[in-house]
Amino acid sequence: MFDDLRDLYQEVILDHSKRPRNFRHPPDANHQAKGENPLCGDRLIVYLTVDGDGRIADAAFLGNGCAISKASASLMTELVKGKSAAEAKALFTGFHDLCTCDDPPPLSDLVREEDLEKLHVLSGVRQFPVRVKCATLAWHAMDAAMAGAAKASTE
Amino acid sequence: MTAQPRPSAHPLPRNGYDVAEVRKDFPILSRQVHGKPLTYLDSAASAQKPRAVIDAMRRLMEEDYSNVHRGVHTLSQRSTDLYEAVRDKVAAFLNAPARETIVFTRNATEAFNLVAQSWGRTNLGPGDEIVLSEMEHHANIVPWQLLQAERGFAIKVAPVDDRGAFPMDRFVDLLGPRTKLVSLAHASNVLGTITPAAEIARICRERGITVMFDGSQAAVHMPVDMKAIDPDFYVFTGHKLYGPTGIGVLYGRRETLATMPPWQGGGDMIQSVSFKGTTFKEPPERFEAGTPPIIETIGLGAAIDYVTDLGMDAIGAHERALLHHATMRMEQLEGARIIGTAPGKAAILSFTIEGVHPHDIGSLLDRAGIAVRVGRHCAEPLMDRFGVGATARASFGLYNTVEEADRLVDAVKAVQEFFA
Repeated sequence: MFDDLRDLYQEVILDHSKRPRNFRHPPDANHQAKGENPLCGDRLIVYLTVDGDGRIADAAFLGNGCAISKASASLMTELVKGKSAAEAKALFTGFHDLCTCDDPPPLSDLVREEDLEKLHVLSGVRQFPVRVKCATLAWHAMDAAMAGAAKASTE
Repeated sequence: MTAQPRPSAHPLPRNGYDVAEVRKDFPILSRQVHGKPLTYLDSAASAQKPRAVIDAMRRLMEEDYSNVHRGVHTLSQRSTDLYEAVRDKVAAFLNAPARETIVFTRNATEAFNLVAQSWGRTNLGPGDEIVLSEMEHHANIVPWQLLQAERGFAIKVAPVDDRGAFPMDRFVDLLGPRTKLVSLAHASNVLGTITPAAEIARICRERGITVMFDGSQAAVHMPVDMKAIDPDFYVFTGHKLYGPTGIGVLYGRRETLATMPPWQGGGDMIQSVSFKGTTFKEPPERFEAGTPPIIETIGLGAAIDYVTDLGMDAIGAHERALLHHATMRMEQLEGARIIGTAPGKAAILSFTIEGVHPHDIGSLLDRAGIAVRVGRHCAEPLMDRFGVGATARASFGLYNTVEEADRLVDAVKAVQEFFA
C-alpha cells in the first residue's frame, strides 16, 4: 500500500529509528539542549561532551519522536563526534540545505563529503515539507546546546 | 423573527438518513488525494462544508450583502435581517430561552477569552478557585492562565480515569467555598468522553458556582439543550459544525451576561459615545464590537439548517454506529491502543500503535488518501496524563461510511506491516 514511501522511509532510517545509536545520557555531558516540535509532539534532549579543545568528544540523545526525527538524531550523534563547533555547525547547514533545496549551494570546506553522503537517506523529506522539521529537530537542539541555550524549537 | 420550518431535502428512512445521498451534498468528498478517494476522518479538527453553506455565503455576496446595523438602505436592512435571523436559528438550535442569550464571536477560543476577560476579570481574585479538567483543550486552559497571572486565583484540575471517563466524585471533591467557576469540556476532543453537563450545572447552581461548557465537540454530535442544562455559559464553533471558519457562538445566561462589562470596544457595541463618557448597549450587542463576520454568520445559519434537517439525533446515531464498528476492528489489531474508552463517548477514536510514532502513521495514512490528525491535539496535559507524547485521531462526521472506517483500520494494519 505504501511502496512509494520507501524513498522517505529508507531501510537505514527504519534501522536507526528502531535501534537508535547513542540513545543514552552520558554522565560527563557538559552541554545539553531540548528539542521540541509542538505540532507533532516530538521531544528530545541532545547531550554533548565538549573537551578542552572545543571538540565534541561525545554526543548522545534521549527522547520520543517519529521515525524521521529519531533516525536523524541517531545519525547526527555518530557524525558530530570529534568535530569542532564550527565543523558541526557547517555540517548542520549542509544537511539543512540537503533537506530544503533541490539544488543545494556549494558545501563549506569544513564539511567532509562522506559525512553528508551518510545523511542523504534523509533527503526524501524535501518532498514532505512538514517533515523537514522532524529531520532537523535534533540538529537545532545540537546547535542550541553548543551555543549554550537550553531549548530549541522547530515549530 | 424566527426560523421558518423548511421542507426536508433528505426524506428520512425510518432509522436515519441515506449517507450516500448526504455525501453528494459535500463537493470536496468527491476529490482524490494521492490518487485515492479522500477518506476524511478529521472532522473534529474542522468539518467539511455542504453545498448549502457554500451557496448561502455566495448568494449573500451576490445578492444581499452590505454592512449590518448601520444603514437605511435596502441592502443594509436585508443583511441585518438575515444576520439577526441566524441569532434566532442558533437560539433554537441550542434550545436557548431567548435570542439575547446568543453572542457571536470569531470562534470558541474567542468566546473563552471573552468570558475570561469580562466575567473573569470582574469576578476572580486572590483566594478564589476555578476548576477545569485534565481533558481540556488549550482554549479552556490558556485564557484562564493569562488572567491568573494578573488576578492571582488558583486553578484546580479535575482528573479523568484510565478509560478517560470523568469521575463525578473526584470532581465534586474539588468544589469548595472558594470555587467561583467550573469550566469543562462537554465532550473531549481527544477522548470523546461526554461529561454529564446537566448534573454538573445543577451541582454548581446549588453551590452558587458559575459554570461554563466547551461544546465545540458536543454540539456537532448530539442535540444540546440550554434549558435542560441551564449553564451560565456554553460555547461552540461554526467550522466544526459544517459551517465556515471565523464564526463562533457564546451562549450566556441572560442574568449573567447583564452583569458583565464589555471586553472589546468599538462600533456597534455602544449606545452613545462622547469624550466625556460612553454608554454601552445591552447584551448581546455589548459584546460584539466592530463589523461582525456577516458572511460567516450566514454560512453558520445554513449549516444549522442543514444539520437540523438531518436531525442531530440521527447524526449522533449514525456516528455512534461508525465508532462502534471502527473500535471493534481496531481492538483486534495487536499493538494498537485506544486512548479513551469511556461509555457513551462521542465519535472520536484516538489511538497509538506500538513502535510507530503517530506522525509516521499520519504520513502513511495520507498516502492512502486518509486524513486523520496526529499530535497533541491542543491538549498537552491530557497527553501527559496518558503517558503518550502524541496520538493519532480519527474523528467521524455525519458523512462518513462504514467502508471508510474499514479503510482506516486496513490502512493502520498496513502501517504496522510497513514498520514491522
